[in-house]
Amino acid sequence: MIRPSEVMETIKMIQDENLDIRTITMGISLRDCCHSDSKVARGRIYDKIVSMASNLVKVGEDIEREYGIPIINKRISVTPISLIAECSSDEDYVGYAETLDRAADTVGVNFIGGFSALVHKGYTKGDLKLMESIPYALSATKKVCSSVNVATTKAGINMDAVSKMGEIIKKAAELTADNSGVGCAKLIVFANVPEDNPFMAGAFHGVGEPECVINVGVSGPGAVKSALEKAKNADFGEVSEIIKKTAFKITRMGQLVAQEASKRLGAPFGIVDLSLAPTPAVGDSIAHILEEMGLEKCGAHGTTAALALLNDAVKKGGIMASSYVGGLSGAFIPVSEDAGMVDAVKAGALTIEKLEAMTCVCSVGLDMIIVPGDTSAETISAIIADEAAIGMINNKTTAVRIIPAPGRKVGDVVEFGGLLGSGPVMKVNPFQSSNFIKRGGRIPAPIHSLRN
Amino acid sequence: MRAVLTVIGRDRVGIIAGVSRVLADCNVNILDISQTIMQDIFTMIMLVDISKINANFSELSDKLEKKGEELGVSVRIQHEDIFNSMHRV
Repeated sequence: MIRPSEVMETIKMIQDENLDIRTITMGISLRDCCHSDSKVARGRIYDKIVSMASNLVKVGEDIEREYGIPIINKRISVTPISLIAECSSDEDYVGYAETLDRAADTVGVNFIGGFSALVHKGYTKGDLKLMESIPYALSATKKVCSSVNVATTKAGINMDAVSKMGEIIKKAAELTADNSGVGCAKLIVFANVPEDNPFMAGAFHGVGEPECVINVGVSGPGAVKSALEKAKNADFGEVSEIIKKTAFKITRMGQLVAQEASKRLGAPFGIVDLSLAPTPAVGDSIAHILEEMGLEKCGAHGTTAALALLNDAVKKGGIMASSYVGGLSGAFIPVSEDAGMVDAVKAGALTIEKLEAMTCVCSVGLDMIIVPGDTSAETISAIIADEAAIGMINNKTTAVRIIPAPGRKVGDVVEFGGLLGSGPVMKVNPFQSSNFIKRGGRIPAPIHSLRN
Repeated sequence: MRAVLTVIGRDRVGIIAGVSRVLADCNVNILDISQTIMQDIFTMIMLVDISKINANFSELSDKLEKKGEELGVSVRIQHEDIFNSMHRV
């Protein structure tokens, strides 16, 4: 029988330390929805999503109830829309985004991801149309999330796409200016994007995925911090052990929920994403874990080392707890979604440059960074290029989710609400990169991409 | 199918009686009980068999929650699997 102390530990993790399942994400292939008439294609898309995911929210709620574990989000990811819409002769794809939004509303999920294009080596006509539709799609819809992959270790960095994404981000901010540019919070630019990521805004259903799949993302920064609080004087070996054990427990819970959801929804279990995902709630912060390790503020020298240890220990603990691990799997550092990160920025401890260094050792990248509204498209492109280079060279996923908040200046606080949180506008290096970005073309793949 | 029921709150007369009544009404069989009082906080953990319940799980959970409110304690019921998966390799 389970010991009382174990029962109480689980309850304490859930009740006091914000342990939860962050998301059950159903991946749905839309490859059989293509049609030369976009009306027909959109009708097929709507029908397929609604029929496959009709039970998703209910099953999520039932599991939540029976196991007593909160499941915060139920979401859907679909095949990159550029691949589906390309068959039609539409000039812009906003209609497809509206169809996704409507389907998401009907089944009751809070986000749907997949308004996406993979352009790391170049664009097709459909990719280009999709990218140009992104700002309009994000302002016309509430639940649709968009992502564009601009680089891989194998292909190098598509600098034309990087340049274009700077402009697209600026446009998305402009079109949602009355809400501080929230459109950009639903748009991610990736390098080495995973095809089975359950987390938004970067989720889509990759082309190598089955018809339908269940992926689960766990969370639990609070549980890790609380475990570390009990080991004030422990050395790093011990700290790593504590994190591993906690990550194991968190992931096992994710595995259980994933298997159960997969069984009840009649869709195969894909992966558990081992990420530690913060929320704006007190006690659910990655920054506070790093501070618990002995840093006065997140961003102080030593932060990158602390994060490297955390990220590695989470993976080591989680890997044995799940039969299939995938997605992003690491610690997230979204500034506006993490109360400790927000405090660190306000205190002047955490800068974009430090965050960039931190992205070398964790998943995913510069996430939920709010910058002044007058930041140029070229500077945003250059920030994306830096992140893509880190991803390409280090064989890892990196991403940029940056919001040039219209009319806002350094130090202003921007409120998005809900899971997106709120955060201060951060300072950007004032020197220009425009001549660099203007060059265009492709940065060739690195030498270590030639592994055969 | 087995579930773990936990009751946490300030000790008073009738907690076990009240909770057990709800369980009996729903045809839930109690397999094991352990109980402690730590710093005035009453903690009871019951292992119960819910395979023959005459209501669905969600109704049982609602009834227990309501009983908990009456008694001024928090009552949770969760499938046993969550504890097994978290604490057993």
